[in-house]
Amino acid sequence: MLSRLPFGTQKKIIIISFVALPLLLLLTFSYYPALELIRLSFTNWDGMSQDKDWIGLQNYREVFSNSEIFGVFKHNIAYFVVGIVQNIAAIYFAIILNGKLKGKYFFRLLLFLPYILNGVAVAYAFGYVFDTTNGSLNLLLGSVGLGSETSWLGTEKFVNYTLASIGFWRFMGFNMVIYLAALQSIPGDLYEAASIDGASKWQQFRFITVPNIYKIIELNLFLTVTGALEVFDLPFVLTLGGPAGSSETFVMKILETAFQFNNYGLASAMSVVLLIFVVIVLSIQRFFLSRKGD
Amino acid sequence: MTRENPVWTFIKYLSLAIAAFGILFPPYVIVANAFKTPEEFTNKSTMSLPDSFLNFDNFGDAFVQADMTKAFGNTLIILGVTLVLNVLLGSAFCYAVSRFKFKLQGPLVGLFLFATIIPQITTQVVNYKTIQSLDLTNHLMGPTLLYVGADILQIYIYLQFIRNIPYDLDEAAMMEGASLFKIFYSIILPLLGPATATVVILKTISIYNDMYTPYLYLSKPDKVVVSTALMRFFGVNSGDWQMISSAILIIMIPTAVMYLFLQKYIFAGVTSGAVK
Repeated sequence: MLSRLPFGTQKKIIIISFVALPLLLLLTFSYYPALELIRLSFTNWDGMSQDKDWIGLQNYREVFSNSEIFGVFKHNIAYFVVGIVQNIAAIYFAIILNGKLKGKYFFRLLLFLPYILNGVAVAYAFGYVFDTTNGSLNLLLGSVGLGSETSWLGTEKFVNYTLASIGFWRFMGFNMVIYLAALQSIPGDLYEAASIDGASKWQQFRFITVPNIYKIIELNLFLTVTGALEVFDLPFVLTLGGPAGSSETFVMKILETAFQFNNYGLASAMSVVLLIFVVIVLSIQRFFLSRKGD
Repeated sequence: MTRENPVWTFIKYLSLAIAAFGILFPPYVIVANAFKTPEEFTNKSTMSLPDSFLNFDNFGDAFVQADMTKAFGNTLIILGVTLVLNVLLGSAFCYAVSRFKFKLQGPLVGLFLFATIIPQITTQVVNYKTIQSLDLTNHLMGPTLLYVGADILQIYIYLQFIRNIPYDLDEAAMMEGASLFKIFYSIILPLLGPATATVVILKTISIYNDMYTPYLYLSKPDKVVVSTALMRFFGVNSGDWQMISSAILIIMIPTAVMYLFLQKYIFAGVTSGAVK
């Protein structure tokens, strides 16, 4: 039936019908919320009432001056630090598994496994490992003569590092697989030529490997930074932000402010601040990537 | 070829052994305890193996108590509807914007690609109100709508892939008198198969493992999905680790099995999804 229509008409029908719905969804769930967030961030809306009073920059002043809000970003530092170590480990294992090695497919399969597992299940599995009295980590440490009474998730000083180490466990293999794909795209004759010219393994790494996977290192690092800014599920599932709020993250604060304290205006301002941070990080990344691409 | 330095070989295998130990340690503890009877659990060490790996009592109890039938059912419904809509809407959209020239085509594609810069986790405050006004909180279609509408990974993947399908195929079919719609569903859509596989795999992993969306949007007990069912079960059985271990295993196994069978596609999919 459609085939009887001229192609010009068909084309119009196809374009309009195939584009309309995705475009509507995009505007509703990506652009509208971004713009609405900005508008709400200047009001004191409680999420229900009709009136949204314009209160100017007051919410933003609150975000930056109240150490209970902006201060939680220092909890995210742990995730960033561990994320850097995670990337170094990922590059190391990618290089090992890219070379000649018995069982390299098995190890790749194993190292990537954690990424595929349900996040909540992983969190609780680690809850068991880190448990103070029944936990297998303390049992293991005790059996080799190291302290066995450490409260891994209950000590303010390092609870964030404990949580971040779970992130390391989950995502190191993911980073590694991406590095591995990048390494495999480096032509092998580059290394052959270099070793004929007498370059050492280190020199080959420094002058062939690193420049060739530079873009991917950047990509992974920026994923690490944005991931660290947006941490939510691990602390939410395992510690609920405790002990004494020391593992609260910014996203947890946003949800609490909006859905428990019904302060949508302030929560919107916090979301906008996070949005701006992420956009800045991503823009820096795109800027570097496009420059390197020349 | 020079032979490799034995010290380096040693370091390589040592580090891999340490990594393998670190990765297998938490799952080992879970597996070891999930099969234990309550008596074994109190009397034996956490690290010891159970007497029998055929003691499925904990699994049965956990499955019923955590309402897993409902949880898996709900997760499957959300997953199924999301995947079908993602594949159809995503591929159709990419067909329209990459096969024809029309006004505003460039800005339209740009609008989609630019949206990736907006982190979804920040827009929930407003999206929650949108879903609420559509009366879709505590409705399985609420999260589904968000998974379909707010994530544009599929558009990225299809856009990259469709460029490699030669336009000659379209032209030949037009000569034969096929309608454009027919060209889409009987030529382009099947040829997009590998891209569809990537979309299906990445979306399945992210939806099955997501806790944030179902936690926010599906708080009623009969609307549990796997993640929230486990959270609820943990709340009730806190400290009863052999029960929790079996519930954890029940949730972990489906994606682990999928991984074993589809590893090749998963590695390819993850790589192309990340390096978009």
